[in-house]
Amino acid sequence: MIEEYLKYRPLLDDTGIMIGLEIHVQLNKLNTKIFCGCGLDYHNDPPNTHTCPVCLGLPGSLPVINRKAVEYSIKLGLALNCSIQEHTQFYRKNYYYPDLPKGFQITQYDFPLASNGYINIEGENGEVRIRINRAHMEEDPGRLVHEGGNIEHSKHTMIDYNRSGVALLEIVTEPDLRSPKEARRFLDKLRSIIEYLDVCNTSLEGATRVDANISLAGGSRSEIKNISSHKGAERALLFEVVRQKNLLRRGGKVVLETRHFNEEMGITVSLRTKEEEHDYRYFPEADLVPIKVADWAPGIAKTLPELPDAKRERFVSQYGISDDHAKSLTSEKRLAEFYEEVAAHVNPKMAAVWTADVLKGELNYRDIGITAFKSEDMVKLLKLVADDKITDSSGNQIIRTVLDEGGSPDSIVESEGLLKAGGDIIGTAVDEAINENPQAVTDYQNGKQEAVNFLIGQVMKKTRGRSDAKAVREMIIEKFKGIM
Amino acid sequence: MITISQTLKAIDESSYEEVVSQCIERIKNNKLNTFITIAEESALEIAKNINSSKNHLQPLAGVPVAIKDNISTKGIQTTCASNILTGYVPPYDAHVIERLKEAGAIIVGKANMDEFAMGTSTETSHYGPALNPWNTDHVSGGSSGGSAATVAAGEVSVALGSDTGGSVRCPASFCGVVGLKPTYGIISRYGLISYANSLEQIGPIATNVKDMTLLFNVITGYDSRDSTSVQIEKDYTESLVNDVNGLIIGVPDEYFGEGTEPAVEKAVWDGVHTLEGLGASWKKVKMPHTRYALAAYYIIAMSEASSNLARFDGMRYGLRLTKDHDWHTTYSEIRAKGFGEEVKRRVLLGTYALSAGYMDKYYLKALKVRTLVKQDFDLALKDTDVLIAPTMPAPAFKLGEKISDPLTLYLADVNTVPINLAGVPSISLPCGFDNGLPIGLQIIGRHFDEETVLRVAYTFEQNTDFHTITPEVR
Amino acid sequence: MITTKEVEHISWLARLKVNEEQLEGYAQQLNSILDYFAQLDEVETKDVEPTYHVIDVNNVFRDDVITPSLSQDEAIGNAPKKQDGCFKAPRII
Ligand SMILES: [Mg+2]
Ligand SMILES: [Zn+2]
Repeated sequence: MIEEYLKYRPLLDDTGIMIGLEIHVQLNKLNTKIFCGCGLDYHNDPPNTHTCPVCLGLPGSLPVINRKAVEYSIKLGLALNCSIQEHTQFYRKNYYYPDLPKGFQITQYDFPLASNGYINIEGENGEVRIRINRAHMEEDPGRLVHEGGNIEHSKHTMIDYNRSGVALLEIVTEPDLRSPKEARRFLDKLRSIIEYLDVCNTSLEGATRVDANISLAGGSRSEIKNISSHKGAERALLFEVVRQKNLLRRGGKVVLETRHFNEEMGITVSLRTKEEEHDYRYFPEADLVPIKVADWAPGIAKTLPELPDAKRERFVSQYGISDDHAKSLTSEKRLAEFYEEVAAHVNPKMAAVWTADVLKGELNYRDIGITAFKSEDMVKLLKLVADDKITDSSGNQIIRTVLDEGGSPDSIVESEGLLKAGGDIIGTAVDEAINENPQAVTDYQNGKQEAVNFLIGQVMKKTRGRSDAKAVREMIIEKFKGIM
Repeated sequence: MITISQTLKAIDESSYEEVVSQCIERIKNNKLNTFITIAEESALEIAKNINSSKNHLQPLAGVPVAIKDNISTKGIQTTCASNILTGYVPPYDAHVIERLKEAGAIIVGKANMDEFAMGTSTETSHYGPALNPWNTDHVSGGSSGGSAATVAAGEVSVALGSDTGGSVRCPASFCGVVGLKPTYGIISRYGLISYANSLEQIGPIATNVKDMTLLFNVITGYDSRDSTSVQIEKDYTESLVNDVNGLIIGVPDEYFGEGTEPAVEKAVWDGVHTLEGLGASWKKVKMPHTRYALAAYYIIAMSEASSNLARFDGMRYGLRLTKDHDWHTTYSEIRAKGFGEEVKRRVLLGTYALSAGYMDKYYLKALKVRTLVKQDFDLALKDTDVLIAPTMPAPAFKLGEKISDPLTLYLADVNTVPINLAGVPSISLPCGFDNGLPIGLQIIGRHFDEETVLRVAYTFEQNTDFHTITPEVR
Repeated sequence: MITTKEVEHISWLARLKVNEEQLEGYAQQLNSILDYFAQLDEVETKDVEPTYHVIDVNNVFRDDVITPSLSQDEAIGNAPKKQDGCFKAPRII
């Protein structure tokens, strides 16, 4: 089995890291849960207020499938380049945990809705293809809160079933990832696809949860359960690489086990219990009838939006921008939309530089989203720059001011007096600076080039930064030529 | 025994409240142990207010009805006769309960049953067995023993049971009343607490075919909350035609196997000949996989049960022990204390049948045999209209006679379980007596052909008088 | 033949505590029933499809429309142990 995986994607180095991911994506853009009509808008509500006999697993209740959950799942499956099963059904996965109100989870087993797909990510040496083994539908369990916040030491566990029954698509990759960083990139790419499809608001708590399998050459695999963030996944895997490496180096054995990631401490701890001898006794759920969706997929495929990879290619060819810029601009759906709104009105290359390099940097620095800046404002700002009315550094300043204090580019130009100074004003300032600083002139005559910089500084001061340093330098040197 | 029309007449002559309170008095004063919970307060309340609601215009207005205790009733304790559900009061009504309420029926209580419907005698009830009104030394049958016994005892005119492997028909047969196991999917299971969800259906029980049909009419019909519910709207009272002329009856030899009491065999054949005398013809049919149906049934039912009963963990409802340990130990101890012996046995066997390494040998094999059993019915009913067979191979056995030997008890279901495997409809109605105990005749039809089954049953009843004989309940 | 050790394993799988002294009794009972089940081995089922659903119905869905939920009181009303609107379960480990 392992040989087969390696035939597809060989190991990168002698550590022999192999990582596979299972990602649970909540289809939280639906109105209701997967098998009942309870609403999904529970995040700010008290516990157990979005429950009914079905999602509480009360005796006698029965599930009925949300049609739209199937449609969303097919959509996501198609976007992951999977083939869609023509004929599928649900199974029961039997295990016991207090968050599971029926003592089994309704999920898929044989005939998962989607299988054999892939997505491309940036590897160490260019693009690599990560295979998706399957994507299947299932119900989310409830949420457990451990008394004292710690699963290892709490006396009791509180159960809130508001989350119970939210539709999940569980996406399972092949063990094709070769480093924690690749895992992170895969997750980021997946998130971007999910957002493009508008099936999940990934910013909600618990919207995507990751289980990661990792093994090193010469060791067994460990599974890290329920990691809640992409950063967390990378950190947990880095920790595991080090832990397993050290264990193997000391001649120890990595055992097949389930581990829990302690986000606060940045470590993984063993969760091994007797429960480990898994025997899920999967069998078909007779309360749900089979699903035949052979004729659904083509129709849904037609409704798929342009996905990140396709958009990236189009940006390069349509706008003539670099592939790096295109990649950066298509990493988020909203950012790509922003860019296109701006590029429609100004030079697309300029728009790409200002959006991808400048604005995105400022947003990342502040850890805020693209919605904090209006595309109209960017258009206004770039027109000012393009028309040579303001300097680049004023442009930067305007972006920072809008993000930190609000306001529009126009009003900031006005209030900060950022309009580029005219030639005569600069000329006057240059003259003044030279007249006021005869020592600088002497220094220059004696071969000290820094004297020019000093004078530029003086001119900038006089014009309050509205002049272009390069132009000022040229003017000063011109003047010196006249003096000498 | 009392009929719906007698009940309605009594209401006319006295009042809704009077009829309900008399019914409850009868239940309280008997020694048959037919009920687990009597809903005295709510029943009287509804009876008092029925005139001010529009329900008094409905077909079952004011008619007291008994509900098997595995059907969810809002505000009325629902225990499945199990200690593990002690004190559980559902916050919702089953689909059939909504229908009954809309039809004006008044729920007087929750009828006794085998724990989680696992049994053939009501002896596995945590609340003790419901006794047979014809002879209280004998069992009432199971698992809907309380429902059949309360109807036979004249406490109520109609009751609901559920039939997973004969649980409506067996007690109907043992208690001398009429019971229907409908086609799978024809009555919503929403609110029926699952024992084996691919096999079971809720079924009506009454003293005669007409009353049973009235009740069936009310509870049948599409429900969007049950994915297996089928869209069929019919008025089944139109099937109550006293005419079997030209119909062909199939009689399978396999249903008169070893262990069939001669009295039962004779009574059933008499029944076939009665219908023949009325213009039907009969022929023998072959159902070769019948002998494997029992094993297949028990494997499937137990497997499903092991999963269906996993939710009883004491967290959200039901029994919880005072002291908590870790989750797995707590769960394991609650279940050890909350479930009775038969339930434990079936959960263990079902777990085994689904477990790694045994799945193919037991569960999957049983599902394949189920296919063959179903094919037997398809073939047998291809050129016949109905099949007739004994419901039970013998009349009601004595209390305690079989309970100590599970397998012997299972064998009693030999004629009822194939019907559930095939999902076809079957009615049991009285066709004779043996030593003062009733004998039941089973009429089996094609999928969704309740009409022919009811027509044959009605004709049989109109031309015999077994249903008019009433036990002397002391 | 099912052994007492297997009974112990199944009882753990089923989360049904069986005491040491009950194991033997269960093993005997289960064996006699399993012996009976073994008669299915006689049936040739090589080319037979299993019947998961006895009635041929497919594609039953509900619309993505919100229906009323229970109140918190109704939801947790039957819970033997509860706290702050939550069900109270024992510790996990
Ligand atoms: Mg899963
Ligand atoms: Zn719900």
